[in-house]
Amino acid sequence: MELLVRAANDGVAPDMDALLAAVPYCAWLGVRAHIAGAALTLEMPFDAKLVGNQMIPAIHGGVIGSLLETAAIAQTVWENRSLAFPKPVDITIDYLRTGRAMTSYASARLARQGRRVVNVHAQMWQDDAAKPIAALRGHFLLP
Amino acid sequence: MSDPSEIWRQSLAMGMGRTPFVNGLDGEVVEVRAGWAKMRLPYSDKIVGNPDTGVAHGGVITGFLDQCCGMAVGSALREPASFATLDLRIDYMKPARPGADLLFEGECVKVTHEIAFARARAYQDSIDDPVAIATGTFMFTSTGGAGMPAKMV
Repeated sequence: MELLVRAANDGVAPDMDALLAAVPYCAWLGVRAHIAGAALTLEMPFDAKLVGNQMIPAIHGGVIGSLLETAAIAQTVWENRSLAFPKPVDITIDYLRTGRAMTSYASARLARQGRRVVNVHAQMWQDDAAKPIAALRGHFLLP
Repeated sequence: MSDPSEIWRQSLAMGMGRTPFVNGLDGEVVEVRAGWAKMRLPYSDKIVGNPDTGVAHGGVITGFLDQCCGMAVGSALREPASFATLDLRIDYMKPARPGADLLFEGECVKVTHEIAFARARAYQDSIDDPVAIATGTFMFTSTGGAGMPAKMV
């Protein structure tokens, strides 16, 4: 990623929002990045195309997994000042509550930073951060 | 088509498979049988997770594996019942090759009164050389129209 290389050359943290905008699937999902102090949070406004169950309507389980995986990758890239994206090895998603038709947020932390592999935990919430709608545990190969 | 369970399976293929998420990424249901579902996702710019390589985002594959597991569970039942995903594990075996279709096959391996278990694979050339493998667990949130517990066909 040219954006990541440029940020590394300039000795600054990469612009995570611009990075996500450059990833077509993240742009399709409508994912944005916010940085407050030392915390990176992703935001995904509700959109009709994100729906899996039209009766409720509920956000598709795959969209929930996508936001969580994106949060895990973004946190890894941001903390490691990576020049490329880590590759997912395995992920486990726990679905805790229905994803309703409203803005969703996600954040991640690196539970274990190894030399080649990171173990990342991520969570996703909507109007109440104390009531997560889903959580992810996963391993990612560092670039 | 006079078999009610067959009608239910067909309506599942038409309705459940055509979620806004699947439609939005140009995915389609290829075939649904009792406890089994197959989907196809053509390659497009929308699914790219790495703009340098053109490789699909893992989340896209997760989404279609989840959908395929859910359809396999739905089609395993004698009558419609609603259910929610409890958890989903995905093992990513290798990156999806850019430019080629992704295929997904899901199978419901067990249905109990409360819980259903499913497996699914994402692949391109051969199902024996998978891009990813999913293991999903689902919980019934209703017991079907006639108040009967969910049962396998």
